[in-house]
Amino acid sequence: MPEIADFVPIVGESVVADLRALAGRLRGRRILNVNSTAVGGGVAEILSRMLPLLHQLEVDAHWDVIKGNERFFHVTKKMHNALHGGSEPISGEEFAFFLETNRDNLQGMDLGADIVFIHDPQPIALVEKKDGGRWVWRCHIDFTSPQAGTWEFLKGYIERYDAAVFSAPAFSRPLAVRQVLIQPSIDPLSDKNRELDEEAVAGICDRFGLDRRRPIITQISRFDYLKDPLGVIRAYQLVKRHVDCQLVLAGGGATDDPEGAQVLEEVKGAAAEDPDIFVLFLPPASDVEINALQRASTIVLQKSLREGFGLTVSEALWKAKPVIASAVGGIPQQIAHKYSGILTHSIDGTAYWIKQLLQEPEFARKLGENGREHVRNNFLITRHIRDYLLLFLSLFTRGDVVYL
Amino acid sequence: MASVFEFKSRLNLVELLGVKARDILELRHGLAAVPGSSIYHHTHRFLQQHHYLYPEPPNDFAFWIGHALAMDDLAERLASIDTIRFRRIEELRARLLEILDQWGDDDRMRAKACNEGEEFHFMSSRTFVLPTPLRAANLAEFAACLRRISFDSLYYHIFEARLRLGRDDNDFSVWFRANGFQELAREMARLDPYTITMEGLRRKIIQLVDAHA
Repeated sequence: MPEIADFVPIVGESVVADLRALAGRLRGRRILNVNSTAVGGGVAEILSRMLPLLHQLEVDAHWDVIKGNERFFHVTKKMHNALHGGSEPISGEEFAFFLETNRDNLQGMDLGADIVFIHDPQPIALVEKKDGGRWVWRCHIDFTSPQAGTWEFLKGYIERYDAAVFSAPAFSRPLAVRQVLIQPSIDPLSDKNRELDEEAVAGICDRFGLDRRRPIITQISRFDYLKDPLGVIRAYQLVKRHVDCQLVLAGGGATDDPEGAQVLEEVKGAAAEDPDIFVLFLPPASDVEINALQRASTIVLQKSLREGFGLTVSEALWKAKPVIASAVGGIPQQIAHKYSGILTHSIDGTAYWIKQLLQEPEFARKLGENGREHVRNNFLITRHIRDYLLLFLSLFTRGDVVYL
Repeated sequence: MASVFEFKSRLNLVELLGVKARDILELRHGLAAVPGSSIYHHTHRFLQQHHYLYPEPPNDFAFWIGHALAMDDLAERLASIDTIRFRRIEELRARLLEILDQWGDDDRMRAKACNEGEEFHFMSSRTFVLPTPLRAANLAEFAACLRRISFDSLYYHIFEARLRLGRDDNDFSVWFRANGFQELAREMARLDPYTITMEGLRRKIIQLVDAHA
């Protein structure tokens, strides 16, 4: 695991000094994070990287996980889909079971902390036990158009917290509690983002059969219709008529996800006739491979039809790659069009900009450089930790301007 | 003997107000109702987040009207507000409202709505001011500190101190004037920090200070 000092060469001394200063103001405060899984998923990933850094900053941060059976997680999965706008209703019985599981967890948990930081809907009802301390609910998921019934149910709990945290402005809605914007982040020292030497990149490209002498266009994402892999292939085909290039579609996916398997088969079918399209189904723990593929790319795409935040964009920008991405979800926060990347709205638009960037490498290089600086300033884990520390401090202070 | 200038830094926590606008009329209603910290946030956010990209950052209102509503004329009117002219947030709010009111009546303001997903979301920010170890008792030390301070520190003393904290001038000019560097204070006052990148601003101020040190 990296040391906090390892970030100094990346973000500068003053950023790390600010973290130390803020952490010092939280000394003596116990902070408890609660979520529903210790491994797997974005929340567990960020907590497992963030907690050791908080400890190095001498923040008394802890992490606990609620327990639930298969039925509980079936209900929470339905809630997740409902918050994404899905229409499958959740029955009164299912809501009751959800609450029962939360209450069962309350029996065995020590929630005595100055700040209780609850992540996502699964443990949201633990707030029933709030009797002191400050409670914050952190929503990591897309909340743009939640199903009304599920939203009303959750709202009753959210408003019992002292604050709610969302990842994008569009997820905010009228609530009786403070709402804070904290965007997710990438860790520049993780396997997915750390510097790789040319030999490692070349080795991985050779393994996949990529020709480094010709341009490589890449999209890293799950095989999911919402990531529009077939649209990516169509855009590539429009480009290929005029400019020689290769296309990489790489990502993982749950093997028990029938839709994912179906999308993968369709993508393989659409790519079958062209030896320059590489469809790579990567197993879990392929972070170094993803890192190398992004670094070997001439252009990185993220042509999603919907997106929560789309951190693959920040990952590619951090590698100073020119990125062409759809203007959906959190992507416009990461890309200022024509300054730190390209935002598109269609297959034709994506193809047009791929051609432009392949033929104007200087402009493409500048986009990548600007993108890297934008990520350095806004989407690295150090900014994420800073925002959490400010959030914690804000729970004990008043006013628009606070002198520390 | 000059007084000691203590460099400070500042960090912002962005808050969401749960208020959004789909057309100019809703934007106008929001603009009139949100707290001053929201007006400050939306007229200065670009400066902070994109300071290394372009020297003339538009305010969020102008950017949204231009991009989500494609009303370039109104966007330009809002973008060209001379922010440096305003000493109080409320004056800036009044000017923004005045431009919208001059542009059209309620019917014209609600005539065009943005696409779903492109709404304007009102936000505000809470500022935390932190001490830094940097101190200057003369111009040479001041210039040396300027070379080391973060953009957050520069930002705090130039923008935040003046408009958000309601001081009459930026902190640097106040210190120059109080310590007898009248000409330097005058030159500093002539700078329009809104039309320059943060690194460019740092360079300019260092040049000015060096010339008087």
